[in-house]
Amino acid sequence: MHIKTEAIERHTLAVTVENEPGILARIAGMFSARGYNIESLTVADVTEDASISRITIVTKGPPAVIEQVVAQLDRLVPVHKVIDLTELGPHVERELALVKVAGAGDHRIEALRLAEVYRARVVDATISSFVFEVTGGTEKIDKFLELMREVGLVEVARTGVAAIARGRQVI
Amino acid sequence: MVTERTGADILIETLADLGVEVVFGYPGGAVLPIYDALFRQKKIRHILVRQEGGAAHAAEGYARSTGKPGVVLVTSGPGATNAVTGIADALMDSIPMVVITGQVPTALIGSDAFQEADTIGITRHCTKHNYLVKDPAKLADIVHEAFHIATSGRPGPVLIDLPKDVQVATATYRKPAASGAPRQHKSYRPQVKPDAALIEAAVEMIAAAERPILYTGGGIINSGPGASQMLRELARITGAPVTSTLMGLGAFPASSGQWLGMLGMHGTYEANMAMNRADLIVALGARFDDRVTGRLDAFSPKSKKIHIDIDRSSLNKTVRVDLPIVGDVGRAMEDIIKLWKGRAHAPANLQPWFAQIDEWRAKKSLSFPESREEIMPQHAIRRLYEATHARKPIISTEVGQHQMWAAQHFDFEQPNKWLTSGGLGTMGYGLPAAIGAQIGNPDALVIDIAGEASILMNIQEMSTATQYRLPVKVFILNNEYMGMVRQWQDLTYSGRHSESYSEALPDFVKLAEAYGWKGLRIENVDALDDGISEMLAYDGPVMVDCRVAKLANCFPMIPSGAAHTEMILQANEVSGEMDDEAKALV
Repeated sequence: MHIKTEAIERHTLAVTVENEPGILARIAGMFSARGYNIESLTVADVTEDASISRITIVTKGPPAVIEQVVAQLDRLVPVHKVIDLTELGPHVERELALVKVAGAGDHRIEALRLAEVYRARVVDATISSFVFEVTGGTEKIDKFLELMREVGLVEVARTGVAAIARGRQVI
Repeated sequence: MVTERTGADILIETLADLGVEVVFGYPGGAVLPIYDALFRQKKIRHILVRQEGGAAHAAEGYARSTGKPGVVLVTSGPGATNAVTGIADALMDSIPMVVITGQVPTALIGSDAFQEADTIGITRHCTKHNYLVKDPAKLADIVHEAFHIATSGRPGPVLIDLPKDVQVATATYRKPAASGAPRQHKSYRPQVKPDAALIEAAVEMIAAAERPILYTGGGIINSGPGASQMLRELARITGAPVTSTLMGLGAFPASSGQWLGMLGMHGTYEANMAMNRADLIVALGARFDDRVTGRLDAFSPKSKKIHIDIDRSSLNKTVRVDLPIVGDVGRAMEDIIKLWKGRAHAPANLQPWFAQIDEWRAKKSLSFPESREEIMPQHAIRRLYEATHARKPIISTEVGQHQMWAAQHFDFEQPNKWLTSGGLGTMGYGLPAAIGAQIGNPDALVIDIAGEASILMNIQEMSTATQYRLPVKVFILNNEYMGMVRQWQDLTYSGRHSESYSEALPDFVKLAEAYGWKGLRIENVDALDDGISEMLAYDGPVMVDCRVAKLANCFPMIPSGAAHTEMILQANEVSGEMDDEAKALV
């Protein structure tokens, strides 16, 4: 007997929640309990009084599973709204990565040159290392890291995706 | 000046203000202040169970039979963990329940203190919502909110974890607003009223159907007795046949000519065939559970489907439907009925459809081999039904073959009379549930139809029944096997009965007597009716050890992973060993 798999899609969800203790465990736990994927999850409070947090979740699954993910999130008591940004239309996705590259000679020069192409900033430098700050979509950052691997990448910290719909529309 | 009161007093006062009459519980170190507050008041009755799991199931039985939320009070650590099965059971079957657990003092949380468990963490995914209360001033609001969440939308268990220092600390208590209207919750707003345009579409689809079927579930029971009335009216004006899940039995009267019986794995042939061949399924407060659908890609392939449910996540979860409607099922049916009548729709000509259904009925899928040598378990339930149905009994069950036989052979005319663990399938549910039902319905005849294996899982609750003089009847269909396990081993594993024999059973008659109950044994067919009469005549709790055919299996049956049309009607159609794909299915 073999386990069957289905075609999958990547969706970015914006979730607003009551900023209360355990809310992140509730959401992350729901994903693991129901076997859904989390590609990335970011959270921070976004209102003046810090009462509401916005969570951006990137998830992958067949369309029916994505629909279930949205419905399951929506029925958690402290959840205000769940918006499937991918479904909604054009939106901006950004993440930030801090990328440490170590090395000397040509690799160092090449790393700086590539960083310029990717508009990465140098935020720390020593004789034998750089730390670059790069922002962009997940794909751009993946590509940047792929190139940096060639020239001495030693460590990465990524924030995960924050996303917002384009245009006037407010969720 | 308003005097301050302790958290424990605030809790009890709030419960009383919310109309709570009964609490099922068990004391312990972390709830001593609450038990002292209970001791000093007269409004709330406490029912002392013998294990916290019994409290949770008793609260479920109370809730299911009265329509009111069940309330549980247990201590920290093992008190809470023992209650977890009943909480998970209530979540699966959408039973309104509020569970109050004691917790170690706030300062000790996280220190691995005596009887500490991370109750909030453990119950996060088996409650609808839970709270850790750290401030007695917030307690009353949280209790109100918990009852609102437990009883509205899709009902379910809500847990409040109350550290001991918060029970002792003081705050002022404000009575809730006199209007009694629930406060608007910040983020929780279940959609009760269905979208009018969707209702209109539903009416058109029902009016156009030639082979409609109403597929009803526990949501109708949860929506209240009004919803059962609406279902009867909807069936009357549309003329459509009605089937129900295990959880929905009683919402529609079994005596109606439109009743097809239960559907699903152990449902009737006519119900499953009608689902398969229908051109329109109207799912009402049911959730297309795997026990109902059988193999999904073969489930009712040619029908249009309308699904009405208050839980949006139930829609399109397992079966794609043509018209999903979010809303209270009773409300939605009321809207459909109004519109149907407003447009003066007449029932379509369903004669050909019912003629087809009658052919399926002629298979008599619930028939079973008669025997003079042994008591057939189905026969025992039929006789029990005949002897008791005039008294409109409340029936609870444990889980297994006896449960399915009870669902098949005990007919219900009214909602809130059938208490069974459907979603979680918890053995040991029936006795405490019967106790809870008897507390909520002191004058009702309450019978737990049990198996000899299940009953032992919460046998300690006999003592609770004795203490409160509850005249519950436990009718054990004793075949000396965990029958459903053995049945699956017969079907799937060539009859290799691995650990499914009930070895070393107690003498149930002596056991009954030891607990102060009446004990009875029925050993042959001729003694069956007299035994049942004797059970019913006794004014007090009775345990009946009814020795039934040991190897009878429960049919009809759709094997796991099979289609509705591949139903096994009789035991001799069963083959020995199944392939790995079948073995992997539940």
